[in-house]
Amino acid sequence: MKRILLLLTVLLFASVDAGAVGGGVVIDGSTTVGPIAKSFAAYFKNRYGVGVTVSESGSGNGVKSLINGTCDIAAMSRAMKSREISAAATKGVNPIAHTIALDGIAIVVHPSNPVASLTRAQIAAIYEGRITSWAGVGGPNVRIVLVQRESNSGTQGSFGELVMGKGVRITRSAETHASNGAVKNRVSSTPGAIGFLGLGFVDGSVKVLAVNGVRPSLPAIRNGSYPVSRPLYMYTNGQPAGLVKQFIDFAGTAEGMRIVGELGFIAQ
Amino acid sequence: MTEEVKSDGKRSNAFVVSPQKRKMQKLAKNAGEALLLGIASFVAIIVLFIFYFVAVDAIPYFQLRGFTEFFTSTGWYPAGEPGEFGALAIIYGSAMVTLGSALLAVPMGIAAAVCLSDILPFSVRQYAKPVIEMLAAIPSVAFGFFALVILAPLLQSNGGPLLMWTWWVLAAPFLLLAVIVAADLLSARFAQEENRKKMALLLQSLFGILAVLVLYVVGTKLNAIEIITGTNALNVSIILSFMALPTIVSVAEDALQSVGRELREGSYALGATRAETLLKTVLPAASSGILAAVILGIMRALGETMVVWMASGNSSHIPDPWFNYLEAVRTLTATIAGDMGEADQVTGSARYHVLFAMGLLLLVISFFSNLVSERIVVRQRKILSGQ
Repeated sequence: MKRILLLLTVLLFASVDAGAVGGGVVIDGSTTVGPIAKSFAAYFKNRYGVGVTVSESGSGNGVKSLINGTCDIAAMSRAMKSREISAAATKGVNPIAHTIALDGIAIVVHPSNPVASLTRAQIAAIYEGRITSWAGVGGPNVRIVLVQRESNSGTQGSFGELVMGKGVRITRSAETHASNGAVKNRVSSTPGAIGFLGLGFVDGSVKVLAVNGVRPSLPAIRNGSYPVSRPLYMYTNGQPAGLVKQFIDFAGTAEGMRIVGELGFIAQ
Repeated sequence: MTEEVKSDGKRSNAFVVSPQKRKMQKLAKNAGEALLLGIASFVAIIVLFIFYFVAVDAIPYFQLRGFTEFFTSTGWYPAGEPGEFGALAIIYGSAMVTLGSALLAVPMGIAAAVCLSDILPFSVRQYAKPVIEMLAAIPSVAFGFFALVILAPLLQSNGGPLLMWTWWVLAAPFLLLAVIVAADLLSARFAQEENRKKMALLLQSLFGILAVLVLYVVGTKLNAIEIITGTNALNVSIILSFMALPTIVSVAEDALQSVGRELREGSYALGATRAETLLKTVLPAASSGILAAVILGIMRALGETMVVWMASGNSSHIPDPWFNYLEAVRTLTATIAGDMGEADQVTGSARYHVLFAMGLLLLVISFFSNLVSERIVVRQRKILSGQ
């Protein structure tokens, strides 16, 4: 069965590779990094006439694709886990991280919520299920509806690492949604909800909370005073060369940084 | 083949078919039968293959982690280190939304089927049935989108009044009917001939007051409910019941139609009213077909993925209290869809195989309920033909 599956995937990806030989770059991974990759891809298409394929299937999937050799660049909103690195090593893949931007994870609530600031410990207690009412953090007596991302999400992984800390688990009663957009939709339509989004996805439909008294802003994230921020990566197999290198180096150019900034992320 | 028939027709005045021709005909017949048999067995083999391949990837999970955790723990942290794979809450969530949608869809579906087959005039039925069946053609992601973007916020902002109005609309006619029938039956049993009318009136007003009280009390209780999160088991149950409806209505209506005129006319000839004919003759005679319809509808709800993934909230916990349909739940299908992405043989073996274990569980459940329904249909048929 595995052999058949393998054969099928190989066949499938052979066709993708055939596309890659024609001068394209294949990117798979994080939905958070997706907008950056897509804008870069559009720029490359206009400027050089090169096709760049961008799939957004979650950071975990990006790693998987890189390990299986089905993409040139894995877009990731978290660092690779040691388990994934060792899995890559057994397949002869040598993942190298390139930081392309910084991203803050915004903690968002419904616009009608009077709470304006929480400490990191309070957020962790809420997500752990120890605080279940907004009254517990100085708000009205409304039950807190927890919104999280699915286990595939790099944002989820980063949130767990940066806010919850090691070994602390998000309560089982937290709702799970599949994308930044779905989380925003749920939080903006549910008065008692709290959720977290990549900073680039924040708009007027949700209210952004300050964490430890610091609001997520470009300077606060760049100087590290906003605690829930993370680098966004693109992983390649070995040192990039040719078009892939050009694509990744683009993040460091003035034009690349302008695009990153326009999308609501912080350029390196 | 057609040519052969043609040439046969031409020669039909000569009765004898040449031995060669007969051989050819036999060959063609055998070839045709073999082809059909091949296709039929191919379909059966597909089912077996699915069972086999799902089981092959599910068994390693049970070898790795055993059965106890999967069936008795509610801790679902597949990405944790170490991971936890307790599927009890997820199995419970699947059962909950399936039951909820069945509770809504089965009475509605059967009522609609009865209406289509026995109450509506033929000309209206011609149009009504295709319209109901069109529900089945709506893609499930559209249902999911509706559930997430429209129904969920609506439940949050106006959940209580919405529930109250639904209760009034559904319960009022039903209670009215119940009051009249109950008063009739009771007065017929206990009162003297001359007092019967008075008794019926008395009972009707008594039951009527009771019914209004029930309507009012339950209504205000429902009105006071505040729904904290709209992506919950109730939302999904409602949407799934819509999705199961066309199946139930269509199959049940066919079953009611197939009961035939003779039984109905026989019943009327014996002096039965329309209600008696429907309840005591037509429905029992069609019960096996209706049961098949119900099971098909329930399978549709159990197997649906997109809607539950989008709108059930996906919290892997057993609601508190256990019958609380206003809390988010997580189902087997949504878990498979949501966790498949990262779960790879490369990065975590149990995490990958546990999803196949869930798939196998779903397969086994639908296999057994199909088996049971088949049994009941056969037995019902025997009883009916025996009478």
